[in-house]
Amino acid sequence: MRQLWLGWVLKHPWWVLLGTLVLVLLMSSGMGKLYFRGDFRVFFTADNPQLLMFEQMQDEFNKSDNILIGIAPADGQIFNTTNLTLVKQITDAAWQTPYSIRVDSISNFQHTQADADDLLVADLLLDPAQLDEAKIADIRRVALAEPTLVKRLVTADGAVTAINITVQLPELDKNKEVFDTFGFARQLTDEFSQRYPDVRFYLAGVIAMNHSFAYEAEHDARTLIPVMFVVIVLMLALLLRSVVVAMATVIIIVVTITSTLGLAGAAGIFLSTATVNVPTILMTLAVADCVHVIASVQFALSRGHDKQSAIEYSMQRNLMPIFITSATTAIGFLTLNFSEVPILADLGNMTAVGVMLACLLSVTTLPALLAVLPVKPGKVKPQHQQDTVMDKLASFVILRQRLLLPAMALLMIVFAGFISLNKVNDEAVKYFAPATDFRQAMDFLDQHLAASMSMDFVLHSGQSSGVNQPEFIAAVENFSQWLAEQPQVAHVNSISEVFKRLNKNMHADDPAFYRIPQTQDEAAQYLLMYEMSLPYGLDLNNQLNLDKSATRLTAALRNMGSKEITGFEQKALQYFAGQFPQYQASAASTALMFAHIGERNMASMLQTLPLALVLISLLLVFSLRSWRMGLISLLPNIAPAAIGFGIWGLYSGEINLGLSVVASISLGIIVDDTVHFLAKYQHARHEGRNAEAAVRYAFNSVGRALWITTAVLVIGFSVLMLSSFRLNSDMGLLTAIIIFTALVIDFLFLPAFLLKFDTKESQHHA
Amino acid sequence: MRNILLTPLLILGLTGAVWITGFAVADETKGLAIAQERKARDAGWGDSESRTTMVLRNAKGDESQREIRTAALEVQGDGDKGLTIFDEPRDVRGTAFLNHSHPTAEDDQWLYLPAVKRVKRIASRNKSGPFMGSEFAYEDLSSFEIEKYRFSYLRDESCNDQLCFVLEQVPADEFSGYSKTVVWVDQQHYRLHKAEYYDRKNTLLKTLTLHDYQLYLDKYWRPHKLSMVNHQTGKSTDLLIHQISFNTGRTTADFDTNALQRVR
Repeated sequence: MRQLWLGWVLKHPWWVLLGTLVLVLLMSSGMGKLYFRGDFRVFFTADNPQLLMFEQMQDEFNKSDNILIGIAPADGQIFNTTNLTLVKQITDAAWQTPYSIRVDSISNFQHTQADADDLLVADLLLDPAQLDEAKIADIRRVALAEPTLVKRLVTADGAVTAINITVQLPELDKNKEVFDTFGFARQLTDEFSQRYPDVRFYLAGVIAMNHSFAYEAEHDARTLIPVMFVVIVLMLALLLRSVVVAMATVIIIVVTITSTLGLAGAAGIFLSTATVNVPTILMTLAVADCVHVIASVQFALSRGHDKQSAIEYSMQRNLMPIFITSATTAIGFLTLNFSEVPILADLGNMTAVGVMLACLLSVTTLPALLAVLPVKPGKVKPQHQQDTVMDKLASFVILRQRLLLPAMALLMIVFAGFISLNKVNDEAVKYFAPATDFRQAMDFLDQHLAASMSMDFVLHSGQSSGVNQPEFIAAVENFSQWLAEQPQVAHVNSISEVFKRLNKNMHADDPAFYRIPQTQDEAAQYLLMYEMSLPYGLDLNNQLNLDKSATRLTAALRNMGSKEITGFEQKALQYFAGQFPQYQASAASTALMFAHIGERNMASMLQTLPLALVLISLLLVFSLRSWRMGLISLLPNIAPAAIGFGIWGLYSGEINLGLSVVASISLGIIVDDTVHFLAKYQHARHEGRNAEAAVRYAFNSVGRALWITTAVLVIGFSVLMLSSFRLNSDMGLLTAIIIFTALVIDFLFLPAFLLKFDTKESQHHA
Repeated sequence: MRNILLTPLLILGLTGAVWITGFAVADETKGLAIAQERKARDAGWGDSESRTTMVLRNAKGDESQREIRTAALEVQGDGDKGLTIFDEPRDVRGTAFLNHSHPTAEDDQWLYLPAVKRVKRIASRNKSGPFMGSEFAYEDLSSFEIEKYRFSYLRDESCNDQLCFVLEQVPADEFSGYSKTVVWVDQQHYRLHKAEYYDRKNTLLKTLTLHDYQLYLDKYWRPHKLSMVNHQTGKSTDLLIHQISFNTGRTTADFDTNALQRVR
């Protein structure tokens, strides 16, 4: 059967190539449907409970998508003529931001004052031309005493201020909308930087985050893929030493990638921060297949085979291993479907499909290509020279087995013990490398205004106009004060402050009346009057719902880990429920969404890991045709991930979404080493050799190949470390560590283990 | 040689320029004329009273209602006067809003708050915020005065089975929430059928459509349903006008601040 197929491929290489071309063109046609999505929502399924809560809140109140422009003058003082003028100018210009519905700054803060029987409502700074020392002092006094401004839009020392632009994206072409909006803000700050060279500007907020998600993904695509390509070509040149066969490999890689991307496009999958690296990963995995095939062909040619029989030799030797290793890798990636994060599932499916395509192409198109191309033996160094290195290694392991076994076992246990140093942490802001503009802006603003994290609470009174009830306002006030007292909270924006201020204004600005109005009618009527005095865009719709039955309260949080965030959410909701059982409270925010998804994703990935292990081990049992060998393989398959995560615990200790999938995907990749090693070992044992001779045989026959593929894979995944997006760079680094560890275990521990425990003189055929 | 080539081009350019400016002037003249006719057709109604339900909807489709009564007095030579009494929600019942609009000066606005039995003047230049949390701003509801806008005629277009003038109105007040409004006025009765409001970044913000016009006193057309849809937030508000009566006998005295406190 295999002979028949191979014979046909070699007899009709042009038909195979033509067929490949047609198939590839068909599959690649979907590439036009691919598009980038740089939006934090790609991390969540449509039925994610935190996303639903978040969307519900956005529907009930106005949206809270925003751009925050941080303004830090070199002289460290916002309150002077130059800088206040600047704030006013940017505020006015910010209204031109595409899709903006609201702009908040210290200049357009609606300052309320009593003037006899008038209620005066006006911008805190209306006309910069009128600024004099008295007016500046006045503005400074009001702004720094205003609870809704201080620590939110201006620092308590008046050194840094911020302008918040709320946008409502139509969400027809979200990526374009995000780029338009962010692009406008960037142009604005660039222009003002030129006019005010001593002032530094920072762009933060949800839009800046979404922009960074998209920007970094495209940046990865633009930089990582070419880098990877160069690395691949260099590696091929080094390993194969033939331009022609390197070309053949490049063709297989390109075809694999375009077909995979085309199929993804046709399936409606989009490119995101996660899936944009599928080409890089596929290049790595596909190259391994090709190198195996070509190296064997070259080996056979150098032994004097003609090309046809050399290809046949290679196919016979590699067909099964390539299929098994591709299948295990695909299974590892397919387990990502159990992830809570849709783009990780996309990454898994795309890579799995790509790996199987690469497998198919390297046993059909690749031999056909080799058949029509002028392939030479290649200037591979004489085989025996390589063998002596592996032979020395084999001798070393055999000699030192008594030491290696306990030493390696101890190392494995110690490193695995460090796993406990890891904890799940998903903070969207920290997904970006500290050097990125977005992270710089967020870190700066976080330091001064606690701008990077917030939590919205919706408090439901249970009835229409309930927010006007003094009891309810008191509850809101109590809760916001409790929040403000928490060490994690930097600022609370609450409607109760508005009521207190209005009550004071209505009583001739008497500070004694800076308290909640006494009756519902008073509160309602003050609010009505206030609302009628506000300008376009600065209404209370972002704090009050339609029938005034509920209010939204925003707590700005100091930077904290995802565990602390979910803990804080629980604590706050418990406090409110305990104090005010008659009212309902709920919480939502992007930070909360990421905190929850991180934990849930980790839990589901840990649950699927045993499934992947069982599936892959069954495949090994099948391919090695031995339960015993399958069982032995478990140890070198599990240990690398355990050690890798232990090393990670020492190195970083933070497990994010990207790392939660590393155990599954690396498992699928590292079993290859074990399979090859055990297969050769088993082969030798079946021939009646003892364990020692079998280990030596295994080292000699596959040692070099394992070394080479590991090098290719480690270098390939290391390229991901160049990503400034930590989900990718961390994933690349840890996967590379685990793959390297796997080789060390297969070379130093597995043989020692076999020598110790597989001591029966000869085995019967299974 | 150069002249031979340039001259016709120059003439062509000049003619074009004259034609374009002439066109623009004509547009503004025609726009103003239509607006004046619209104002003139509605002159002389005297005074009126009506009862209105406001239905507010958010993007999800949740609804909330407000009940108000309004009285209006036509003032010759100045803007009209209006009085709005809030009936629902209950906690603002009896609150009364008095406004004296002026063609060029800022409108005067007062609010009577029954909870504290006081009349407060709203000293704000802002007329663009939401009226009772609805999608209508005060400036959408205040009386139509020629001096508040600069008009230009855009085109003829059919609307609601009739032919309409389409005008652009640019507000004179720098504190307006809008950069411009495009209105559809029918050519037979000069009634407003539709208005599109553009925000300060010149993006379409809201669309108002007016329905169920009825004729009063054989001369004055009044709509009985006004629907305002906010395209940016997906929220909307309907004004349902239940009763309109004219010649109610109200006088200027009913529209001053002293009268506010007596309002029921």
